[in-house]
Amino acid sequence: MSNSNSAWLALVAMVAVGCGGGDAGGGDEGMESGGEMEATAPAVDPAIAATISGTISFTGTAPAAEAIDMSEEPTCADKYDSQPMTLGYVVNDGHLANVFVFVSEGLGDRTFPTDQASVEINQEGCRYHPHVLGIQTGQPLVIHNSDDVLHNINTESTENRPFNISQPSAGMESTRTFNTAEVMIPVKCDVHGWMHAYIGVTDSPYHAVTDASGNFTIEGLPPGTYTIEAWHEELGAQTMSVTVGESETGAADFTYDENAAYAPVPMGEPLVVSHGESAAG
Amino acid sequence: MDWSLPLNISTQGVQIDNLFWLIFWLTAVAFVLVEVGVLWFLWRYRAREGHRARYTHGHLGAEIVWTAVPALTMIFLGIYSGRIWAGIKSPDSFPKDALTINVTAKQFEWNVTYPGADHVLGNDDDFTIRNRFEIPAHQPVVVNLESEDVIHSFFIPELRVKQDAVPGKVIPIWFEATQAGDFQIACAELCGLGHYSMRASVVIHEPEDYERWYNEQTGAAQTAAAD
Amino acid sequence: MATMTAEPSGIPVREEHHPQPFIRKYIFSTDHKIIGIQFLFTTLFFLMIGGLLAVMLRFQLGFPGEAMPGGSILPETMAPGGIILPEFYISLVTMHGTFMVFFAIMPLLVGVYANYLIPIEIGTHDMAFPRLNMISFWLFLISGLMMLSSFWVVGGASRSGWTQYAPLSANPDASGVFTGQILWCLSIAVFGFSSLLGSINYITTIVNQRAQGMTWFRLPLVIWALFITAILGLLAVPVLTAAVIMLLFDQTIGTTFFLPGGGGQPLLWQHLFWFFGHPEVYILILPAMGFVSEIISNGSRKPIFGYKSMVFAIMAIAFLGFIVWGHHMFQSGMNPRLGMSFMVTTLIIAVPSAIKVFNWMATMWGGAIKFTTPMLFAVGFVMLFTIGGLSGIFMAANPVDIYIHDTYFIVAHIHYVLFGGSLFAIFGAIYFWFPKMFGRMINETAGKIHFALTFILFNLVFFPMHGLGMEGMMRRIYDTSRYTHLSDVQDTNTMISIAAFGLFASGLYFGVLFFWSLFKGKPAPDNPWEANTLEWTLPSPPKHGNWEQLPTVYHGPYEYSHPDMDRDWLLQNERPDIVSPAHEVTIRKGEA
Repeated sequence: MSNSNSAWLALVAMVAVGCGGGDAGGGDEGMESGGEMEATAPAVDPAIAATISGTISFTGTAPAAEAIDMSEEPTCADKYDSQPMTLGYVVNDGHLANVFVFVSEGLGDRTFPTDQASVEINQEGCRYHPHVLGIQTGQPLVIHNSDDVLHNINTESTENRPFNISQPSAGMESTRTFNTAEVMIPVKCDVHGWMHAYIGVTDSPYHAVTDASGNFTIEGLPPGTYTIEAWHEELGAQTMSVTVGESETGAADFTYDENAAYAPVPMGEPLVVSHGESAAG
Repeated sequence: MDWSLPLNISTQGVQIDNLFWLIFWLTAVAFVLVEVGVLWFLWRYRAREGHRARYTHGHLGAEIVWTAVPALTMIFLGIYSGRIWAGIKSPDSFPKDALTINVTAKQFEWNVTYPGADHVLGNDDDFTIRNRFEIPAHQPVVVNLESEDVIHSFFIPELRVKQDAVPGKVIPIWFEATQAGDFQIACAELCGLGHYSMRASVVIHEPEDYERWYNEQTGAAQTAAAD
Repeated sequence: MATMTAEPSGIPVREEHHPQPFIRKYIFSTDHKIIGIQFLFTTLFFLMIGGLLAVMLRFQLGFPGEAMPGGSILPETMAPGGIILPEFYISLVTMHGTFMVFFAIMPLLVGVYANYLIPIEIGTHDMAFPRLNMISFWLFLISGLMMLSSFWVVGGASRSGWTQYAPLSANPDASGVFTGQILWCLSIAVFGFSSLLGSINYITTIVNQRAQGMTWFRLPLVIWALFITAILGLLAVPVLTAAVIMLLFDQTIGTTFFLPGGGGQPLLWQHLFWFFGHPEVYILILPAMGFVSEIISNGSRKPIFGYKSMVFAIMAIAFLGFIVWGHHMFQSGMNPRLGMSFMVTTLIIAVPSAIKVFNWMATMWGGAIKFTTPMLFAVGFVMLFTIGGLSGIFMAANPVDIYIHDTYFIVAHIHYVLFGGSLFAIFGAIYFWFPKMFGRMINETAGKIHFALTFILFNLVFFPMHGLGMEGMMRRIYDTSRYTHLSDVQDTNTMISIAAFGLFASGLYFGVLFFWSLFKGKPAPDNPWEANTLEWTLPSPPKHGNWEQLPTVYHGPYEYSHPDMDRDWLLQNERPDIVSPAHEVTIRKGEA
């Protein structure tokens, strides 16, 4: 009968459209959709690999950290014995933590196999752990929620496709990758405005974040001359040139001074806050 | 769930609730008339052997009655509602001695800006608290609502207050709480994935307690500014 | 047979000489009946999609944070491990509303029944523009598939509610949706063209091609309703089309119609949308009211009570429907003075609807009511639409609206008028005209089971929502656990969800019954309901071109139970003196 034929046609057309497929979701999920894996150079021979390490210091008085009021989110507030503070400046004994350090020049056209070990970022007590992290293009970032409250992970990237995903309950996990090098990508949670993290994406595996003592180490480098760049979320970026020979360890110690100005690093899209005229219809 | 409106702690809320229940009783009468009428007719006028339907096309008198009664009821409701609406929304009805607070909505939080020690908004001693709205009872409050990004809606159920916050506009509303207590602001306009979690605490103090709280806050703000 | 038949209107119609190939006859058909049936299949499919989306969102509300059975087939961006994410939940809400309003209810009322019924009730061969009619269907199908495809693109389907308030809808950073939003806008634009072509056809056909003797006040109320609805569509739909194009531009090419950053006004979107949106809801109810008038008059074996008032009420509802749109915006930040004026017009529009309800009741009064399935659904309409209409009064009173705006009280109202109202009437119409469309009957007992299940489950799902609204439960929220004022609503929500699953199942039952009846239903006579309108003079189903010799009409369509006649119905093309020569049957002049 005519009627059923029309119905079949509709059904077939719908299925045909539906099976067009295409990945859903911002950012690239999983590992299969990472950037093109270019022809990889052989991994650096460990017998000759070099290391660059250093300590980042801060001279002067850092602005005091501010208390974070989590009283509106008791599920998180209850996880703290002491008052949680902002992380803009983490200075211990004159050493600066949470500085992202990476090789910005000197690797030439070399490409590197993507490290498949995943990098984790965890939301615990309504904070991101770690606060600053480095990841390679194509490397999986596993985002985990340990709090039983809604967090959203809102990346404000400009080179990579930004994503904004939610994790409404504890135990949820999502995986994303970044296709393009970008320093830095700010990450925020819109439900808990004090939550910030920063992700540095590099094509090479040569990046590190300074620890509480301001120390960092970048290993496995091919011998050569490199520009090392250090980035701090409040203070900005600075660079220095380091040359390392085979199996050498080169030093790259930076100092940030409270009175000096450093190169700003453009991050994400600027916030446009609109205030307007009074309500008059 | 219980079939009632929440605790009413608002001067405006009394009028709103009264109107709600007035409409409830009027519609209940109409409801019973229609539903019982329909069910009764279904039974009474069911097809039966030997019974034939009436051949009638209408009755002007009946039509006039059931046009006029609803029309008069609507006119009455219109006048009554209009008075209450004007009393809440008209610029003349805004109290002159109100405490004014700015509330800026954004995905997904409420930033509440208090006027500071000088009790004047818009200068340096204003302080902003995220997700906490603290006001005194028994005093009119004016809220200037703004939004940074998309439309949100400022809804406090027990105060019977709801106003959309529209980016690009500053919209003032006023209300007065009749008792102290702890409540919440809920966002009542879809604003994104965090819409269901966009809440803030509403703490209503007795006036003396509010003084004390306020001074603590302005003291703390001054200390912070001095650093 | 090749004939040139001169119509009273002077439009010659030629019948086909030769049998058409299958594709021309059934796929790319210009026959209004085939097009109506194509709409029917397509819209029943979209109705099912809309219901499925509702089942999913109700699962989250009833069982928050739990993994939905079968949910693991969904991608991680929508429901990791089967747990629906907040952003996907909002997509479900958005698309449920979108599919139901645009792709199910509106085309079921208009695309199906305006196409199917207009020519055969006014006594003509086909629509004024048969090819435009065909294009209208294919545009509709394309728009529906575009909308459906938005689930599969990166970012998923739109997440701004079916009402698409800007700036959320215009700002992909805020909503998280880019391509899906473009698809939403384009789909609705294409849908708008389909709808306009339809309106043009319906209006022209009704004005120009009524049979001899079919004066305006002898038209069945269904035709009046569809006629006025078509005018509403003609005037309102272009506004929506313009608005979605502006929205599309704001999102893609940098205009700022609705974005304050560039000097635009978010409220402009609301005005444009609701200027369309309010007439739209009358588009969604007037044809349903037309069906109900036909079915109740037929089922009571009585003339419709107050035919002329019913016609004027339809016109009043349509006209007033253009000046009430601001009642959706009472709390929007619009000038409060406008709140006053819209409140007044909104209260006024309750009056013609009330008149109609009383007239239906008066039609049943004194009748000889047969409890057929269509009659049950039509009476169900009256009972449920009344509840929806009464709840509307709470919202019209703008101070009360301060509290209940954007709560589940509104959701209850919407569903009582759109489901309890429109969809019940649609079901009634499907059962009523199925014999004419397909030449088969749907089994009465099976139909009554469908009615009973739907009526009971519908009320279990939606009546408690009035209470949820009174408690202050907001719309479009993923989870109620964040608010102290909602601490006791979870049990109710769970109960509602379970009833909703049952309601969906009863819809599937209807689908099975529908398809089974297509093949196995009892063969239908020409006039199984003993009704009066012209389509019942035709075979079931009518052939292409409907009539060879167009009928002449002698009186109105509601001449049931005339005391001087033996039988209790009188077809419009029957002359009473010929039908009952032994009796002097006079139908008073001026009587419809």
